[in-house]
Amino acid sequence: MDDFFGVFFRAVFLENLALAYFLGMCTFLAVSKQVKTTIGLGVAVIVVQALSVPLNNLIYNGLLRQGALAWAGLGELDFSYLGLLSQIAVIAAMVQVLEIMLHRFFPALYHALGIFLPLITVNCAILGGSLFMVQRDYGFVESISYGLGSGFGWALAIVALGGLREKMRYSDIPAGLQGLGITFITSGLLALGFMGIAGIKF
Amino acid sequence: MTVKHPLTDPLIKENPITLNVLGICSALAITNSVTSSLIMSAALTSVLLVSNATISLVRRLLPSSVRLIVQITVIASAVTVIDQFLKAYLPDAAAKLSVYVALIITNCIVLGRAEAVAMKEGLGTSLLDALGSGFGYSLILITVAITRELIGKGTLMGFTILPLAQEGGWYYENALVMLAPSAFFIIGILIWGIRSWKPEQNEKPDFEPLPLPKREKR
Repeated sequence: MDDFFGVFFRAVFLENLALAYFLGMCTFLAVSKQVKTTIGLGVAVIVVQALSVPLNNLIYNGLLRQGALAWAGLGELDFSYLGLLSQIAVIAAMVQVLEIMLHRFFPALYHALGIFLPLITVNCAILGGSLFMVQRDYGFVESISYGLGSGFGWALAIVALGGLREKMRYSDIPAGLQGLGITFITSGLLALGFMGIAGIKF
Repeated sequence: MTVKHPLTDPLIKENPITLNVLGICSALAITNSVTSSLIMSAALTSVLLVSNATISLVRRLLPSSVRLIVQITVIASAVTVIDQFLKAYLPDAAAKLSVYVALIITNCIVLGRAEAVAMKEGLGTSLLDALGSGFGYSLILITVAITRELIGKGTLMGFTILPLAQEGGWYYENALVMLAPSAFFIIGILIWGIRSWKPEQNEKPDFEPLPLPKREKR
């Protein structure tokens, strides 16, 4: 259990996908004008991340990695080069299925998430989470906590940025920095703050 | 979007990173060394070339309902080839770039160009556009990398330019520049520079500040 929470907190604060690894930046910078929309997007990312990382973990360890097919007498086969294709396919398919199921069973949530669900397919934070899971060799339980933690960390970062940008609408910003430029610099300061939680390490 | 100068437009005028906010993840993450950024730029440009060419060739056969899946599959296959190539021939660089080569799949520049240009234009224009967008991306990446490596370590591509103080030189390296947040600052300042030079890229503020009241003469 110690591992479970350890992985979770590391993923939220120390290895925050948005602010330490710069994943999902396109959405992070483009869709962070209002707190309300960032909360919707954040929840969508948490859900997809918490489901797709464990699922990709099962597929990778059960079918693709070297020796995974030993039970079928195919011990020497190594399909790990198919990892990328299978991960992106799993994510795209899962987003689609999730969309259909939410539409059928939780229409309120479906309308709240709106266009964010399909956008998530091309959010690099989701694919990045699965890739880091493979790279760090997480087991199934760890991958559940990593999926939850990394999704939560990303959501936390984008909601924080949304709040800052809402306040900044009233500030007098130089013309060239307006919009994108000041958002970059704000996220830089936010990233510095997150590093403070961890204690700067090299 | 009209394609007027597919090769030169994306360099500054319609730069994918600083104007369209595309493909930022890798631009921020791997720019602490010039060598990695060069490899990353080459990888992205070749993926763009392959995907734009393939999609432009099959564009008339694609029903629009399945085009996204086909595009993603083409891109993912191209990225897999590049990834395996780097792992085989440049294992050190591949280890340094870690997951970011694989993340070219979700790099919005590639999908964006496939959707905006390759689905509409012929092979020649698509290839030129891929080269142009690739160079626009590389330009920003390498500028940021040179700034970060020079200030952070006093080296360029591993060669010493500014001799460090602890090795008998005079330069004290700035560790902040090697850390994650500084990439945000450098790109932010870069955007400021480009937009001061080309003010038509400026975004409109949501609220104009009230003009200050004129001071009365006494």
